[in-house]
Amino acid sequence: MEQEKVVNNSQPVIKELDYVVLKREDIYKAVQIQPKRKIIFEKQWLFLDNAVGQPYGTTFDVIAGGVLQAQKPRPAGSLQESKEAGVDNRNIVDDGRSQKLTRDDIETLKEQGLKGQDIVQQLIDNSTTFRDKTEFAQEKYIKKKKKKYENIVTIVKPSGRVLAQMYHGREPGKICHLRYDTLGQMLTLGNIHAGNKVIVFETCAGLVLGAVMERLGGYGSVIQMCPGGGPVRAATDSFGFPEHFYEMLHEFPLSKVNSLLDGSLVYSVEEKSEAEQTNTLEDCMQTKEEIPDQCDLVNERNDQDEELMETSSREEQGKQNKGSSNIQDIKVQDKRVKQEEKQRKEKIAAALLREKNADGLVIASRFQPSPVVLSLLKFVAPSRPFVIYSQHKEPLIECYTKLRERGGVISLRLSETWLRQYQVLPNRTHPKLLMSGGGGYILSGITVEMDAEKPSETEKTGEPAGKRLKIQHAQD
Amino acid sequence: MSFVEYGEYIQEGDISIVFLGHESMFPIKVQHGAQTQTRYGVIRHSTDLIGKKYGSKVTCSKGGWVYILHPTPELWTVNLPHRTQILYSTDISMILMMLELKPGSIVCESGTGSGSLSHSIIRTIAPTGHLYTVEFHQQRAEKATEEFIAHRVAHLVTVKNQDVCKDGFGVVGVADAVFLDIPSPWEAIVHAKAAIKQGGGRLCSFSPCIEQVQRTCLALSECGFEEISTMEVLLRVYDVRTVSLPVPDLGSEPPGSQQATVTYKSAVTPKEMAGHTGYLTFATKSLL
Repeated sequence: MEQEKVVNNSQPVIKELDYVVLKREDIYKAVQIQPKRKIIFEKQWLFLDNAVGQPYGTTFDVIAGGVLQAQKPRPAGSLQESKEAGVDNRNIVDDGRSQKLTRDDIETLKEQGLKGQDIVQQLIDNSTTFRDKTEFAQEKYIKKKKKKYENIVTIVKPSGRVLAQMYHGREPGKICHLRYDTLGQMLTLGNIHAGNKVIVFETCAGLVLGAVMERLGGYGSVIQMCPGGGPVRAATDSFGFPEHFYEMLHEFPLSKVNSLLDGSLVYSVEEKSEAEQTNTLEDCMQTKEEIPDQCDLVNERNDQDEELMETSSREEQGKQNKGSSNIQDIKVQDKRVKQEEKQRKEKIAAALLREKNADGLVIASRFQPSPVVLSLLKFVAPSRPFVIYSQHKEPLIECYTKLRERGGVISLRLSETWLRQYQVLPNRTHPKLLMSGGGGYILSGITVEMDAEKPSETEKTGEPAGKRLKIQHAQD
Repeated sequence: MSFVEYGEYIQEGDISIVFLGHESMFPIKVQHGAQTQTRYGVIRHSTDLIGKKYGSKVTCSKGGWVYILHPTPELWTVNLPHRTQILYSTDISMILMMLELKPGSIVCESGTGSGSLSHSIIRTIAPTGHLYTVEFHQQRAEKATEEFIAHRVAHLVTVKNQDVCKDGFGVVGVADAVFLDIPSPWEAIVHAKAAIKQGGGRLCSFSPCIEQVQRTCLALSECGFEEISTMEVLLRVYDVRTVSLPVPDLGSEPPGSQQATVTYKSAVTPKEMAGHTGYLTFATKSLL
């Protein structure tokens, strides 16, 4: 009892409705713990009910009926190590009869509910050639059989590492073939850390967003730029972030970026009150009054709305129009409430963007990057890093060229990382036979003050900053 | 400013990066009355820097100009005074990711060396995490401590001057992750295991030679570590260039009707690149 208490205090325990990751060898699957829910993992049905209450990192045996049973600590090398081993394979003949157990025998053993471990031992005992195999071949044999017959699953806590590896292994197409080392580079090059205000545009199922949010740890804010219908956050949810992480997360439609930038962002009649309110907020900022923090802003919204109703006749008209059309239809009303909520959120995001002081920009999408970068960089403060991912090199070459022409950026770097895995075993160390062909490309850089903003300091204009820098160097 | 928090304006006491051009930058400590010499002339801190925005273009006395950048661990890595070999951002980013570091993580590191990785770890685990770093070389330990104070991150890090292979990390059962960059990491695995939380955690060891990796992996499996995996990350940097290829004259076209050259943009690999830094071995301390 005493000991269990200690365990509970020091280790995070799996709870119902938790987002977890199932792991077997190098294969991962993200799931939510739900009572009596059948999960298919590696061609096997299982129920996760028994996992509840166990600490994260626990390895389970999958027993009859897909029920999990937590493994007990067992002494290392529990399989009977046969000390006998051959030196080479000159006398081993493949006659297909070295295994004395038949298929049916093995099936019977399984039906008897024998643990995978014991089946492997049976296979070893009934192999006539096992003892003649070299020590290395024996190890390889055991490993292969273990993989086939040991039905074990480890439940781990989701993390950027685990989910990035999972997506890369299972569904690389959904994350634009972004390899996990490349994602790691992006987070570092972007100097993503607690307190940042980061702009993210991604079409990687929310994986990049999740990785950024993990590094922010609930401090700072993220503005997700969304294409089309809205944000995709399937992978983000798999991180199982606490509720308050989502309070820092904002979204803004990419299709409104241009109108936000040229100041023509106007909301439809229905939402005019909201638009007015944002303007009020802007005014506040421009006059350098104390800016109310977001929570207050939300609370004050209603009061301000009333005020605006009194002062703006246009507004009133809008409200009336809205009222007459929706008065009886509750469904429409519901939809309107949702829409208003969406609008309210969008407005907060718009206000954050308008400050043009973001601490970083992260782009990883299947779209052509240069128009996105050229627009979104306007929201980023000077002396801040930005990173752009693309599966292909060519769009980043274009991006590089356009950014050089635009100016306001330094340290532009187009790069790629190679990842090589190794098998490390006594006397059998070598690179893994198979490696990933490519994990995409990154264009990174640092923003600086644009020349146009400080005309007094520039004698020579019209030339891109980068080019001028080169000329300066040449003169030196 | 600090290495863990962006500031908008350059202030007295800040560490700033003077950017003269690609591959040409250096860190300075901003101080009233101080001057910095560059090839474009002198920068007077009081008038040229203090109160200006980070990312500003600063005109030097000879009319040339530089950019003043906010410090980041990545800029520090390429500008720091070397006291040892250091880890660069490519390996660092892999380490941060695979050790699952985030705000609040407790990390043990040895050796501190020149503090290149330390700054990145501190940035990532701030504001609630902590780094326990062990360096057996007294002078290096002292220098690192001074730097952490100057960079306003001293509250996030504890530097211990001891031998990690003999005396461990000085903490037990607290770490989410351990990083080793020492000549004989296998001698520190037992201490690493002790430093990691009871509920498990991650470990990384960086070694240049494969023999070191083999001994480390053996020690890791003997200590009951799981998910042992060794990898290597290589960075390829591309130059964006305009390439022109002359079109050969095959004699068939009427003269003058053909383009003489074809021009396109290309990403060119440099003549030489870093082929090896070190092997990264990762492992998980499991529950059992």
